[in-house]
Amino acid sequence: MRRSVSTLAAWAAACVIGLCAAVSAQAAEAKASRIVAIGGSVTEIVYALGEEARLVGRDSTSIYPPEALKLPDTGYIRALSPEGVLSLNPDLILTLEGAGPPPALDALKAAGVRNVMIPEGFDRKAIVTKIGAVGAALGVEDKAKTFSAKVEAELDKAVAASATASQKARVLFVLSARGGRIMAAGEQTQADGIIKLAGAENVLSSIQSYKPVSDEAIIEAAPDVILMMAPRGDHSTGSEELLALPAIAATPAGKARRVVRMDGMYLLGFGPRTADAIVSLHDALYGQRKPGE
Amino acid sequence: MTGIAAAADADAGMRKGLRLALPQIVIVLLVVAVVLAAGVSLTAGASNASALAVAAHWLGLAAPDAISARDLLIVESIRLPRVVMGLLVGAALAVSGAVMQGIFRNPLADPGLAGVSAGAGLGAAAMIVLGGSLALPMAGVVGYAALPAAAFLGGLTTTVILYVLSTRLGRTSIATMLLAGIALGALSGAATGLLVYMADDKQLRDLTFWSMGSLGGATWPRIVTLSVVLAASFAVLPFLARGLNALALGEAAAWHMGISVERLKRSAIVIVAAMTGVSVAVSGGIGFVGIVVPHVLRLAIGPDHRFLLPASALLGGALLVLADAVARTVAAPAELPIGIVTALAGAPFFLWLLLRRRSILDM
Repeated sequence: MRRSVSTLAAWAAACVIGLCAAVSAQAAEAKASRIVAIGGSVTEIVYALGEEARLVGRDSTSIYPPEALKLPDTGYIRALSPEGVLSLNPDLILTLEGAGPPPALDALKAAGVRNVMIPEGFDRKAIVTKIGAVGAALGVEDKAKTFSAKVEAELDKAVAASATASQKARVLFVLSARGGRIMAAGEQTQADGIIKLAGAENVLSSIQSYKPVSDEAIIEAAPDVILMMAPRGDHSTGSEELLALPAIAATPAGKARRVVRMDGMYLLGFGPRTADAIVSLHDALYGQRKPGE
Repeated sequence: MTGIAAAADADAGMRKGLRLALPQIVIVLLVVAVVLAAGVSLTAGASNASALAVAAHWLGLAAPDAISARDLLIVESIRLPRVVMGLLVGAALAVSGAVMQGIFRNPLADPGLAGVSAGAGLGAAAMIVLGGSLALPMAGVVGYAALPAAAFLGGLTTTVILYVLSTRLGRTSIATMLLAGIALGALSGAATGLLVYMADDKQLRDLTFWSMGSLGGATWPRIVTLSVVLAASFAVLPFLARGLNALALGEAAAWHMGISVERLKRSAIVIVAAMTGVSVAVSGGIGFVGIVVPHVLRLAIGPDHRFLLPASALLGGALLVLADAVARTVAAPAELPIGIVTALAGAPFFLWLLLRRRSILDM
């Protein structure tokens, strides 16, 4: 009787060990080794988690870190080609929310490739959520938890430090000013999100998304600072050209010639570098005033 | 002198003899071209999936595990629908172009003149920009059939308005239609511009890509819809071909030849609107197929619509399928919009044709 109990116990133990082994084997099996990352911030997070060796492809918005440029480019995030992605033979596709078109995603699903959608958002919580989602999809939850805690602490610190200004800087984000026609950022944009995080105010909070704005509306908005993306290539308007526009010249920012330019992906990516971006933007916006305050 | 004249006569006689056979020969060659183009397009792609291996699998010649499920899926579910849709869209656009050129008696007419393209563009823009907010409950049900449906409705509405505007007392004035078409096009353009103004940056990107065309949305339900419309339209083509041949001599002459000119115009407009409408709806804006293909064929086999229409269908399909193969491979693993490929290849070719013809005229 005692013997049978001990054998039973031994069997049970063997089963548990066996089960554990099976489960961990499955987990190892499920860990994707050929990953296509779609979306600039998604790719950045994969690199930040140190899992870049598993990447086999990216989309055209994934331009940071510079090493990522060596990966095959599957095209613009909203114009993916299913066969192009499949030609990289991936076993996991990480897509930032908004990737498409839907038929391409359906074809990838039909091909049996696991597709994990990473939610997009333009605030602190969204960045933490993104890191968690990417970490879970990569099977490196612990690493992701540590990293997102670090990022969250950095973000909190950056936001707290940015919130000290006694008077908020009034910022106009200019997406483009080609031909003198100004496209500026309203609410629900990355630019609006980062301006607020940096403790400043978006002067065009009355409009939604990126819109062409009339000269009068810009003069009326009276921004203290103009924020733009740093030129990449030769297609963006130079600061001098911008300041020469009558509408801009008539604003306080134009009179004081205050234009802040930062790299687009750094400023608007809402990824691991956003805490740094908040600090840089805050310093750039308040730099001249801070010592006196 | 007489010797030369006799030789010229003999030459003309020989050409006449050849002329009878030439269109048939060209059509047979075009059938071969369609098969070749389809074969090339099935084999070409960003991945190295082999269409030959899949064909062997279909015919039961290969071992069941000789081909991976992924390769099978790439050829069967991604490339094959695109090739079939390319053939249908190319055929529809080229035949629409040929019919429009026949009705307007102008080799520069294109399917866009029926107002379909501008209207479809407006419908698509409305769905891309407003679809998310207005039709939320509907979007879930209809899924991405909503965009083609909106584009088709837009095209149809513009054509109906255009037809009503240019028809008085049962007579459709082609000249009024041309001018009213320009006005309606400008109006649709303005409305589209308003939507562009309202769009956010993602929607703008979607609009841009839509206007440059793609066969990426090829699915079997769409192909079935296209086939039904095409089959119905093609059934009318023999009647249309006879009428268009007569119309080439002028409306009065055609009437005297026993052609019901009004019925001819009406049916031509209806089938052009239907064919262009569904094509633009499923594949966006694809230029130059409708204008270049019939033009080239008219130079090769002459203006007889009995041959011109089927030959246009074949050449249009073959060219679009080849253009799609280029679009899919040239930037792999990314993909070029097909409208860029057709315009890049079509526009210079068209210019060359014009210049060549001009030099003949100048001489």
